[in-house]
Order: sequence, then C-alpha cells, then structure tokens
Amino acid sequence: MSDRKPGVYICKGCGIGEAVDTGALEALASGDLKVPVCRQHDFLCGADGVATIEKDIAAGAVNQPIIAACSQRVMTDQFNFDGAQTVRANLREWVAWAMPAGEEDTQMAAADQVRMGVAQAGKMDVPEARVEEGLSTRIMVVGGGSTGLNAALEAAATGHDVLLVEKTGKLGGWGAQWSKRMPHRPPYRDPQDNNVSSLIKAVQGNSAITVMTDTTVAETDGMPGRFSVKLANGAGEKQEAVGAIVVATGWRPYDATKLGHLGYGASPDVVTGVELEGMLANGGVKRKSDGAAPKTVAFALCAGSRDPEHLPYCSSVCCGASIKQALQIVEADPEAMVYIIFQELRTPGTAEEFYRQAQEAGVIFMKGKVKSVGADLTVTVDDALLGQEVPMEGLDMVVLATGMVPNATDPDKPAAEDGAEQLANDIDPVAPIARAGAAEIATPAWGEAAPEGGPILNLQYRQGPHLPMLADGFADSHFICFPYETRRTGIYTCGPVRRPMDMAESAEDAAGAVLKAVQSIRSAQAGMSVHPRVGDLSFPKFGLDICTRCRRCTVECPFGAIDENEDGWPVLNASRCRRCGTCMGACPVRTISFDNYNVQMVSEMIGAVEIPDEFSEKYRILILACENDAAPALDMAGINRHSLNAEVRLIPVRCLGSVSMLWISDAFQRGYDGAMLMGCRSGDDYQCHFVKGSGIAQERMANIGQTLQSLMLEEGRAKAVEVSIADSAKVGKMIDEFVEEIRGFGMNPFKGF
Amino acid sequence: MANQGPKSQTILVVGGGIAGVTAAVEAAETGYDVIMLERGPALGGRVAQLNRYFPKLCHPTCGLEINFQRIRKLKNLRVVTMASVSEVKGEKGDYTVSVSVAPRYVNANCTACGACAEATDMEVDSPFNYGLSKTKAAYLPHEHAFPMRYVVAPSAIGTPEADKIKAACKYDAVDLEDKGESFDVNCGAVIWATGWEPYDPEKLESYNYNLSADIISNVQMERLANHDGPTAGRIVRPSNGEPVKKVAMIQCAGSRDHNHLPYCSRICCLGSLKHAVYVREQYEDAEVDIYYIDLRAHDKLEAFYQRVAADPQVNFVKSKPASIRIDEEGRPVLCGENTITRELYEAPYDLVVLATGMKPAASEGYVPNIAMEQDEYGFLVPSIEGDGGIIPAGVAAGPLDVSMSVQSATAAALKAIQAVGPKS
Repeated sequence: MSDRKPGVYICKGCGIGEAVDTGALEALASGDLKVPVCRQHDFLCGADGVATIEKDIAAGAVNQPIIAACSQRVMTDQFNFDGAQTVRANLREWVAWAMPAGEEDTQMAAADQVRMGVAQAGKMDVPEARVEEGLSTRIMVVGGGSTGLNAALEAAATGHDVLLVEKTGKLGGWGAQWSKRMPHRPPYRDPQDNNVSSLIKAVQGNSAITVMTDTTVAETDGMPGRFSVKLANGAGEKQEAVGAIVVATGWRPYDATKLGHLGYGASPDVVTGVELEGMLANGGVKRKSDGAAPKTVAFALCAGSRDPEHLPYCSSVCCGASIKQALQIVEADPEAMVYIIFQELRTPGTAEEFYRQAQEAGVIFMKGKVKSVGADLTVTVDDALLGQEVPMEGLDMVVLATGMVPNATDPDKPAAEDGAEQLANDIDPVAPIARAGAAEIATPAWGEAAPEGGPILNLQYRQGPHLPMLADGFADSHFICFPYETRRTGIYTCGPVRRPMDMAESAEDAAGAVLKAVQSIRSAQAGMSVHPRVGDLSFPKFGLDICTRCRRCTVECPFGAIDENEDGWPVLNASRCRRCGTCMGACPVRTISFDNYNVQMVSEMIGAVEIPDEFSEKYRILILACENDAAPALDMAGINRHSLNAEVRLIPVRCLGSVSMLWISDAFQRGYDGAMLMGCRSGDDYQCHFVKGSGIAQERMANIGQTLQSLMLEEGRAKAVEVSIADSAKVGKMIDEFVEEIRGFGMNPFKGF
Repeated sequence: MANQGPKSQTILVVGGGIAGVTAAVEAAETGYDVIMLERGPALGGRVAQLNRYFPKLCHPTCGLEINFQRIRKLKNLRVVTMASVSEVKGEKGDYTVSVSVAPRYVNANCTACGACAEATDMEVDSPFNYGLSKTKAAYLPHEHAFPMRYVVAPSAIGTPEADKIKAACKYDAVDLEDKGESFDVNCGAVIWATGWEPYDPEKLESYNYNLSADIISNVQMERLANHDGPTAGRIVRPSNGEPVKKVAMIQCAGSRDHNHLPYCSRICCLGSLKHAVYVREQYEDAEVDIYYIDLRAHDKLEAFYQRVAADPQVNFVKSKPASIRIDEEGRPVLCGENTITRELYEAPYDLVVLATGMKPAASEGYVPNIAMEQDEYGFLVPSIEGDGGIIPAGVAAGPLDVSMSVQSATAAALKAIQAVGPKS
C-alpha cells in the first residue's frame, strides 16, 4: 500500500477499561508509535463507535483501522469497512478477560497487543485479485455410470458445458446391466425400476453434454479454470481444456476367484451377486450347471468384505442388494426357499423397511458366518445363535455378496512408476485408541488396501499421478465435516469411488461434487481461494531476485500449487493454491509473501513487543497459534475467564505450516525467553485443513534445536504442541507449564543486546 | 416462459445445524444471496452439542469454526437466529415465506461481556446440556456460540431478576419488551434442513428413564463427556457424582421398533462405540456392555468398530433388554435374554446409556406447507409433482450421519442454485 493511514481505536468496553489504562494505550499509540489518529471509545462496536471509525475513513484520515478491542473472531460485520483494511488487536479475550485487572503485567500485555497491531498494519497491503480471463467453465466428468450420468446432467442443469468421458464403449455402468434397484422412496418396500436408461437418454439428448466413450484420461495438467487433459481413445490422443473435474469412476466387484473357500470356481452354481444381477436382468435366475431355476438359494453376505484377508471394510450396499435379489427370486417363484446368511444385517435408515419386506416375504435370515462352500453346494455356517457349525445341504445355488473395490485406480492401466508410495495409507485404521491406564490394546489386523493398476487422471503434479486415497483405497476426503475437501483443488470425487454407496446416494453425491466443481471454477475466475479460506484474494508472490531455487516451496506445498520451470524457478499454479502459506514457511530466504500476510509482517510484530530487561524478572514468551484451532481455543479460554499467563505474547497464524523459522530465531535474538507453536493434530489422522502444516512445523522445530544450540540456548526453549479447539480449559495450563519450563532455564542471555 | 426469469434469486435455508450451515455457505459461495434461519439462539444444531465425532474422535467445533469463518466472510449470507417459518406461499422462483422471530430479549448491541449473567442468581435448565445442568437465566448458549450473543430465558421475564439483568447491561442490549417480530422473505428456492430431535426416552416405558438419574440418553452422554458440559467432561454417575465402573449402552432404544421409530437411526451404533471409548479413556477398570441387535458399522467405520471391540473391557451382548428396574441401592438393573446364549440376565450398572434414535423435527409438524411429501415417519421426500423449488437436506430427509448430512446439504445447495437459475 503506497499510502498507509493507520488509526488506533481502543475500546474500553467489556471490562477492558477496568483491566487496563486505556489512556496510556492511546498515549503509546499516538506517541511512541506515531499513529496520527488514535481514539478511545466506551463501546466501540456500538453504532456510535462504528460511526466514529467510518467518519475517519470517509474523511480520508484512516484506511487501516486497528481495532484494539475484542477477538478477530467476533464483531466482524461491525468492523468491516469498505475501502479500508481492518487489523484486530485482541485486548479482550486475551488480556482483559484472562489477566488480573489493574496489574502492571496486564498493562504491558495490552500495550504489546497495540504495538503488534500497529506493526502488522505497517506491513499489510490490500490484496489485489489475480483475475484471469478466458478460463474454461466446462466440467469434465470421468465415468459414465449412474453417478457420472447424474453428475453430467447436474452440471448441465447448472449452465455448464460438460465433457463426459467413459472408458468402455457404453454409458450406464453396472446399473445399465441390471433390472431393479433398492427403493429410496416411501414406502421403501419394493425394488424400484432402474432409471439408468432414462439417464442415458437424457445425457444423449442434452446438447451441453459431449460424450466420449472408449476414452480414458491419459494425462491431466493445469489447474481450476484451465485444466488441460489429454484424452486417449483408439483413434489417438486429443487435448481438451476444462475448468473442473468430477471423478465418478465407480467400483468393480471384488475378484471372486480369490474366494475359493466359498466355492467360487468349484461349482458353476456358486455365483456372485453381480452375476446374479445379470441373470435377473436377462430372463431370470437359472443354474449355470443345468439351466434350471433354483428352488433353494443361499446368499453368503460379507463374501470378501469385513475380512482382513480380502476387503477389510464393509461394502455397505451388499445387505440391501442381496435383500433386493432375494425378493426378486421370491417374486418370480413364491415356492423358492431363500436364505440370507449374515453376520450383522446392515440396513440403515429407512432401508429397515426393505429388510422387513423380505422377512414378510418369507426370506429366511440366519445370523452366522459362512465358513466354506463345497463343490456340492454344501454351505458350512458358523451359526452364531446355535454356537456351532451347521452344514446346509441340498442348495441349488449359492450367491456370494462380493464387495466393492473402488476404481480410484484403473486396473487396466499400467501402474505408475513412482505411484506406489502415494498409495500408502494416510489414515491408520488400526491405530490403537487411547485408553486410561498403561496397557495399549492391540487392534485386529486390517488388510492392506493396495489398489492395483494405474492412475485414473494421471495427474502431472509434483505429488504424483494418483488421486489421494484413504487407507481403504477409496478416494475420499479426510474430513467428516467436509466430504468434498479435496487435496487436488478443482477435482472432486463422488459415488462409490469415494465411499461404498448405493445408486440413490451416488446421485446425491454427484450433485454435491458438481456444486464444488462450480465453485472452484467461479473462484478461479475471481482469483480467490476455495475452501477453507474461501474468498481470500491473496496469493504467494515470489521475489525471484533472491530465490535460490532450493525447491522447498514446491516440495512442501500440499496442493501442488507451486511447480518449477526447466530452470528451477518456482511457478505458481494460482488456482490450485489454498493460501495456507506453507510455502512462505518453507522458504529459507523469506522471499515468498502474501500482500496481507508475510514474513516481514510477523517479524515486525514479534519485534514490536517490548522486551523488559534482564533485571526485571519478567519473561517474554512468543506463541504462534493456528487461527483455526488453537487461537479459537484461546479465545474460549478468555470467554470462560480462564487465566492466561501475562508473560506470553500471542500471534495468530494462518497455519503452522506458514511459520517461518526466522520468526523463532528472530524472537530469541530479540530477547524472548521461549517460543511455542500451537497447532492441530498431525500425523496420519491429521486435523490440518492444509494437510500437513502442523506436522511440517514440528519437523522444522526439531531442526531449530541446532540453531538454538549455536546461540548457546537450550533446545527446550522452543517447541511445538498440538492443541484442539476443545482445549479451552487446558490451553492456559499448557502455557503455564511451558512458562515454568522456561523459568527453569532462566532468562535468555541475549536480552539487552 | 423464455423471458420470465425467477422473481427472486435469493435462497432461503431453514435450519442452522450442520446441514443448514453447509447448504447456506455452499450456496452463498457460488455467489447467490442466501438467508439462513435458525430456531435456536446459535448455529450448529445437534452437532454443536456433540463432544467428538466417530471415527476420528475429533471435535465438531473444529469444523463449525471453519464454517463460521466462512460465514463471517460472506457478505451475501444473512443469518437470523430465533427464527422459524410460519408459512410458505408461491412457487419456484417466487416464494413468499413468512418468518417469525421469537424474542431473545437481547438485541444486537450485546457484546457478550457477561455482566447480565453475573447480575442474576436465577437459574434455568440448560437446554444445551439437555437439562443435565443449570445455567443462569441470562446466558451465552455455549462457549463457541455463533452469533456470540446472550439470551434471556423467557421464564425470567416479568420477574425482578429480569430488571437486574437489564440494569447490569451497559450497552442497552437487554430488551425486556422484546415481542419478537414477523417478516416476509421473498425467495426463489427454499432448503429445508430442520434436522432432528432425540427420541424421547420417557416413551420407552419399560426402561424407566425417569426413575434414575443414572439412566441417560446418548445425547446426554455427549454432554457428560464434553469439557464444556455439566461435569467439565468427567463421566460420573449423575445421581451421586461417583466414578463409573460398569456402563451399559442399549442400542435401538426406540429405533427399529414399530411402537416407536420403525426405521434404523443409523448413527447410534457408532455413537455407542464412541461412548465406550469416552468411558475407557477415563477409567482403566471400567467395563462397558453394549446390548445390540445388529452392529451397523458401514464402510471404513468398520475399522472403528474393530478397534473398539478389541478392548477386552468392551463387551457386546446380542440382546435388546426387556426392561430396566432399579435395585435397593438405586442402581439400574438391565433385564432380558441374551439371544445367543439364551440366558436370562439381570445386570446392575452404574450408568445406562439409552442409544435413542433420531426423530425428524419435521415429524412435529415443522414442515413447509406446500410442495413437500413426507413419509410416514416424518422425513421429507422431494415431491415428484413439485417444481423442485423446495429442497430437503440433511436429517430432515432421512437419518444420516454428519458426513452424509453435509453431502446431502451440498447437493441441496446445487439444486437450489439450479432452481433460481443462472445468476442475473
């Protein structure tokens, strides 16, 4: 900003005026800090207080109001001014509500909050949007099964052109080969007509949708708004530009030939659920051995699923699908005896009615685990109710309800050269659960989900060609609250490639993924970030004059937002960027910055704090707190009036990944006695919305130990801790403990130098 | 029709729980104007009252915080709390929705300083803690409340306490004359995300919920385990504050039962597994017995089931207890038959958690009066004949877990922007 006009507005309300001498703060701001406009107000967020600020802005006296009042998390509407950039200095939750009123240390904490606010304003600019013209608004849908068909229709209905890419020669996927589907409308009782053929018709009749069958994605490069995809079919390869990508590649049945113990291959009359669907859709159920309609049929559920030797997870749909098939068999031949052998009958929600329908229709449900199926179709059941093995003889057919394998990889493509390591689990499904007492309880085996084949999109990303997958091989989000929080901006998965789900749910999921695709295109057009920093116009800028081409930023960016060109210079893929600042924290020469968030800014804030001399017995400890978890927890500690040590100075950061180690070494050189990073849970089961910010910070902090040693300081003076947003009652104590540790080391000998 | 665009492109979201918040934010982030109504004093709904999520055991406030950050940035999203819908008229592209706002007795001047709460000694049952504790008659809904604004309990109005509350406020934020208000919203689409109520455990007569403080519901268990709850997170016997050694969870307490909720509520199995973890995290010697019909742990949730089941102090009893009686020492005793061993049991516990199911809020008649089909349980089904302008989302449309509710709400946001047409 060429012409910064800061103004300090100190609120006396909510106990601030009682806790600290606001007159002294105003004198500090107008005096030492040389801020031209400084005011106090009894009730700054009230109409009169806001009007006071607005008047100064309108008069051209202020364009950076520094609100020394409450947390940045409250009164955001009140302190949001057109044409001005607001800075918040938290005197309420972090000082007045957390420290004893009227004490010198409380006053010093408040004064430092004002100093930090003014310092922050001095290095902040209003971000200029990086608006790009000529971006594609077309959405590519990969996979032409029912999920993909729905996605294509939803995208077209939202006004987007669609490129629908299907690997086989026909649209419709599994659904097109089947006759009926599970019910999803009341009374939830009877198998419903399959609507896949009408979906195909609708897609084919929609002029906004271009269908390419027999086509796969050979390569995907680019970013939201301008993805460049190379499509391959028999005729050759073709480059297409698209704005966002929806992956609906569905599932494939678990390979039944691996289920020899269940008789598959030993008898032609042991069939899979998928094979049975084919019969139901094509003239009815017949034994392969003699063409006769079976009179007694047994369904073996969890054939492969919930089995660490095969698919460790539950495939979710098999119980309902088997009930549907059983009902179809009984409907065709009311004399037929149908058994469903289950371990847990999983018909959640209103599907319970479907289960009831089958019971009423005479389908016999047996709780037990099918141990084996012989070539003569003798089924041996470990009967849970009888507690013994029970042979079932005289069956005409055995149906194996094999599970779903996600098509997060393409089994027909060759495995990617360096793709194997990215298929490693990122959530450990067998991590022991914390329990009181010393004994850790071993968890049962959970089979390795090792998806076979090559990458679906063949992403030309530094992170590798695969879609990120979870431990079970599904390409799902890491977050419960945000099922579409992708790690590849602009690329969204839906349907059974994301999670085992039925057709009704897949259709809904397709709509959800399309919404996110629409948003990512819009955000790219406006030059702003997508979730979670939605609307953020700032983006990393590189000072190439001092860049050493070390590539740390390109390696550490979790989203592939930074590539390097042939000469090794960083190149920004702006619309992949999520504005976390991990690149900024990574850069050893501090040449990456955001207009409103940069290394210099936080350095100045750290430097603005007044460090009492070594005779004062007053310690100063820097805490950098992630604004998503730790900072809100600290706010809530204040709301609950839990005490906060008056010797700490808190700075919220976008993500711990953005923390530059320079800040830590700076702090010690300036005389701080300790430094602590507070971030969220790291590791396999991370909480970081920027994937690995907290983990990266911990690694960097491990290295800072050497720096501290070179300064002849104890390593323990700097540390990173994990805090959850629910730690409001604990966070103050964690800080107290750290302050005690620092007191154990004594004062930083650099003070005063 | 070609020239007749929708009269309004505003999207109205009814319900401010996780589904409503998601639908509102997702729709607003595509650029449309959105108004979100919440019946209660703060957003977050049932999710805000949960301690942790299965299977990650992470805190719901984390995701809510991100969503609240998104709301703060969205100038095209307006949030109205204490607000419910009294009538919907019109058609897709041109609805008139009558909104009534219940009195909060605290206006937008409130800074959440807390002086009002300090000024009064009057206490009311804490709605946030499902009645497990009391709160002051002037209270902040909870520490993470959005908006961060106090409420005065209606029972205080007209008492001298109300005057004390008002006198304590320096910011003229307490309005004892608040009569609420009514206004109409013109909008082009309505997302109905009114969520659920916990099934009333008193209706499970043989479980004698009212006879012992040590028989609680699963939603109360969430509060009992929460650091911001009635015991600051210590799981103890509500009757006497003593530690718990033997805990029972009763699955399908109301669900899968024609006399109560005929459907499966989907979330209770995993919820109880999670509750077993809460107990075992706090007590090395505690035992947890989970009484169940089928353990429904879908997809990767199966791993969570296996991890919890690996604990030798977590037992699974295939049985639906017939009744609970109270013994001479005041402990609840579960009575029934184990369906595998065929043995009859009478087992005393320190704490019994009823895994009560989800009853759609819409089953209480809180439904749009047009263009919406309801199934016999009260879940909303998009009308086949309807014009697609009123869109159900989340648990209003069926018993879903959090992730599925968010999925449903995101889909609803797309349907809504389709309904109001391309941005003009």
